[in-house]
Amino acid sequence: MSRIIEGLLYSESHEWVKVEGDLAVIGVSDFAQAEMGDITYVDLPSEGDEIQAGEEFGALESVKASSDLYSPVSGTVEAVNEDLESAPEMVNQDAYAAWIIKVRMSDPSELESLLDAAAYGKIAE
Amino acid sequence: MRYYDKLIFELSRPGRSGYSLPDMPKASLPEPGSSIVWRQTPLELPEVSEPDVVRHYTNLSQMNFGVDTGFYPLGSCTMKYNPKINEEVVALFNGYHPLQPEETTVGIQSIYDFMDKALAEITGMRHFTFLPCAGAHGELTGLMLIREYHMSRGDAARTKIIVPDSAHGTNPASAAVCGLDVVVVKSRPDGLVDVDALKPLLGPDIAGIMLTNPNTLGLFEKDIKQIAGLVHGCGGLLYYDGANMNPLLGVVRPGDMGFDVMHLNLHKTFSTPHGGGGPGSGPVGVGERLVPFLGKPRVSGFHGNFGVILRACAYILALGKENVKLAGRLSTLAANYIKESLKDCYKLPIPSVCKHEFVFDGLKDAGDVTTLDVAKRLLDYGFHAPTIYFPLLFHQALMIEPTETESLQTLDSFIEVMRKIAAEASENPGLLHGAPHNAPISRPDETAAARQPILKYSKV
Amino acid sequence: MGTFAYFPHTEEDIRVMLERIGVPNLDALYSDVPDEFIRKEDYDLPSSMSEDQVRAWFESMAARNTRLKVFAGAGAYDHYTPSVIPYITSRSEFLTAYTPYQCEISQGTLRYIFEWQTMICALTGLDVSNASMYDGPTAAAEAMRMCVASTRKRNTVVASSRLLPNVLEVLRTYSRYSGINLVETSDVAEAVAEGTLDLAGVIVPSINRYGIIESHLGLAQLVHEMGGLLVEYCDPSALAVVKTPAEWGGDIAVGDGQSLGIPLCYGGPYVGFMACRSELMRKLPGRIVGQTQDAQGRRAFVLTLQAREQHIRREKATSNICSNESLMALWCTVYLSLMGPEGMRKLNSICYENSHYLKRELLATGLFSDPFEGREFLKEFVLQPLCDVQKLQQALLDAGFFGALATEEGYVSFCVTERRTREEIDALVKVVKELAL
Repeated sequence: MSRIIEGLLYSESHEWVKVEGDLAVIGVSDFAQAEMGDITYVDLPSEGDEIQAGEEFGALESVKASSDLYSPVSGTVEAVNEDLESAPEMVNQDAYAAWIIKVRMSDPSELESLLDAAAYGKIAE
Repeated sequence: MRYYDKLIFELSRPGRSGYSLPDMPKASLPEPGSSIVWRQTPLELPEVSEPDVVRHYTNLSQMNFGVDTGFYPLGSCTMKYNPKINEEVVALFNGYHPLQPEETTVGIQSIYDFMDKALAEITGMRHFTFLPCAGAHGELTGLMLIREYHMSRGDAARTKIIVPDSAHGTNPASAAVCGLDVVVVKSRPDGLVDVDALKPLLGPDIAGIMLTNPNTLGLFEKDIKQIAGLVHGCGGLLYYDGANMNPLLGVVRPGDMGFDVMHLNLHKTFSTPHGGGGPGSGPVGVGERLVPFLGKPRVSGFHGNFGVILRACAYILALGKENVKLAGRLSTLAANYIKESLKDCYKLPIPSVCKHEFVFDGLKDAGDVTTLDVAKRLLDYGFHAPTIYFPLLFHQALMIEPTETESLQTLDSFIEVMRKIAAEASENPGLLHGAPHNAPISRPDETAAARQPILKYSKV
Repeated sequence: MGTFAYFPHTEEDIRVMLERIGVPNLDALYSDVPDEFIRKEDYDLPSSMSEDQVRAWFESMAARNTRLKVFAGAGAYDHYTPSVIPYITSRSEFLTAYTPYQCEISQGTLRYIFEWQTMICALTGLDVSNASMYDGPTAAAEAMRMCVASTRKRNTVVASSRLLPNVLEVLRTYSRYSGINLVETSDVAEAVAEGTLDLAGVIVPSINRYGIIESHLGLAQLVHEMGGLLVEYCDPSALAVVKTPAEWGGDIAVGDGQSLGIPLCYGGPYVGFMACRSELMRKLPGRIVGQTQDAQGRRAFVLTLQAREQHIRREKATSNICSNESLMALWCTVYLSLMGPEGMRKLNSICYENSHYLKRELLATGLFSDPFEGREFLKEFVLQPLCDVQKLQQALLDAGFFGALATEEGYVSFCVTERRTREEIDALVKVVKELAL
């Protein structure tokens, strides 16, 4: 059983969002990391990139698979977790601690269409 | 096979050499410092003698498994026997420069002409281009021809190509390189293209469809006539991915099924060796409609992989009109024989008659034994593994293609080993998890290789 | 049946197999194929030939070609192939193996690819190489695509019009269908410096179509300032002595490995190579071999970074390439092992001496002028003919020479490798002199 944390928002493509004011901290769910297996690389965007909700902003790679990352919100990439470049296994170790990007949201109302922990639990099985 | 640990760089001693060049005392390059165009950095190549080189690469070769070593039932790869006369004829054509005038390469031109006619006859196409160097390169060329056709008619809106979910990975990748958007059509539970799902995808934006027939499950797309009618009806063209042509060799011609353009993998269907991943050759054939565009896409530097074309030509001459009719049929016979002999211990998701290959979805009684374990255990018994985890339709896919060049005895010993492995899986699964035990190396740490890539040798 | 050497099936074998399957005959295995598609008539092909007949057929074809002493290059060079190479590459363990997906029984292939990658890095000076491409021109096309993929939202690639003609043609083909804006120009620096382009990359030759070794001083800096990547198209044999892509500050190097011991064989097979700086590693197309350890801690090699490739990422892959030219990479690897740094320098010295000798002698005939006087060249050069080119070419052909290749610009090009003897060069010059009379 994969872990799901209360209080976070989730997308159907298995990203989580932690809201800090108008900043969205984004990572992937425990379910997603377990499906991928040992993650070997996290393809990150650059700080300052403009991204749209639903648009891909990076990818996770394992030995035999690749999975695109989709942004749950629109906005500007404020920070990327550069630690993941040298230590992608952090995502496997704790998917909720290993945030991937922080986005300054341009339209916080987009958060309303995301799932809460209970709703996400139904699709991450 | 035995483990040998050296890299050529580790045999190097300063001052040793393995070259033999004419003596020319006067010959000297300007000093590196004489102009900015000369190299300054020392060139780090190994310094080894000729005997060092021969022994090193002989040792490396002994860690390798080829078709000449043993049975190679690798699905979708058609690892048939590579006749030896084919290798010998190539040397007759060494030394000809690619830009020599045609009047000095009359024999070479005659071979291209012969191959054009022979492949057109075998496939029902009109003409071939030999520029593509591999199957995926052929796909790309074929898609360029489709685009060229639409553009010539001022039909610029056709930018989408339909690809089944079971297609080889090269199909969508080639489409992307050709600037086409991929539209995926689903397979039905019986493994064939879902014609009802196809219909709504068709329209004025569709450039065509890429199909391999039989498909990657080894199943003949029996609705092909209807599919061809629908795609042509919407103004699109049909591309035939020739990777799975072997069972149709001498039985069915893609041109007769309504395909407009196709490639052949000479390194599959026409017996040329794979060389550890290449060189291949992917000639592209077209029907009447696309003939005017055939010379347009210049996709490689000279005339395609002529040496590979020569080998395929030798194979066709040996095969002749008599044996060509048997090649495909015997490959289909071998595949069905294995399938029927193993379906009681391996999961067979689609039980119908297959063509040159078929797919098991892992062991029937798997426990925690995976398809990877089965594949690795096969290596211990002296067989190459089947293609695994492809197609993506099944989680534990094990795709087996025996080809027509394996004897009944070989097939039987493979079947026996596969049954033995099935028994081992329930009696001693640990044996399988740890396999291979008799190969030059055991399972390597692929995760470490990808996380901290070491992609070249450096002195410690 | 049972009479064809490649098919091991006896009548009895077939009967046993059909019985196991439960069908009456071979055609019943095609019951799912609509009958109208089953070919009933014979194929219009020759009758099956015996091995001796096949050999004779090819010998008769070979006899219709004319062997010429090659004094031409333009991307395919007549360097000597040491006899060790075909001896090694024809070992069936290398020749008849598939792509090394089952690494435990493919360490031979994986190790030589790792050695090839190392040697390509040594020649180019760059950090990372892939396992090979089809040929030089397609490698250039892949580099063009890589530039666009590596620089977000930029779509223009500037190519020097002094690249080999077949390289430009393949670049045009690939750009035409993928929508890349390919700009060809004789002055790359000027086109880039204007700063009006959404520049993704620049492709320049290390040695250009006139045989001249180009200087790219300051170009890398300029290209980088404009946000693009610098690609160099190189002859790897020449890289032993001419300034490397890394020394010029380039990002990607491509070219054809044919000059590294692969014999001329009309179209090939030859082999493309591609190397880049480590930052671009994950944008490289094609296979890459990496080092790791097996379960017992022994050094082992595997195909790695596969998440870039078509079998995993499908339409989002960095390229569609699957089969490459692995065995030809082995040809080059064995060649470079034999030659070593000293052999490569000596080889280039002989080519330099030979080609400069021929050029002096040709100029002395008074039938040519030198359009690029004073520019450094290695083995290939062009002259401006002051005589009838067709007569010149015909006279050379009649005497058994292939040279004086006409270029689009009206020059004739010559190339002299280490294989051409002083006697052969003198004989060619004699033919030319006779034209002057």
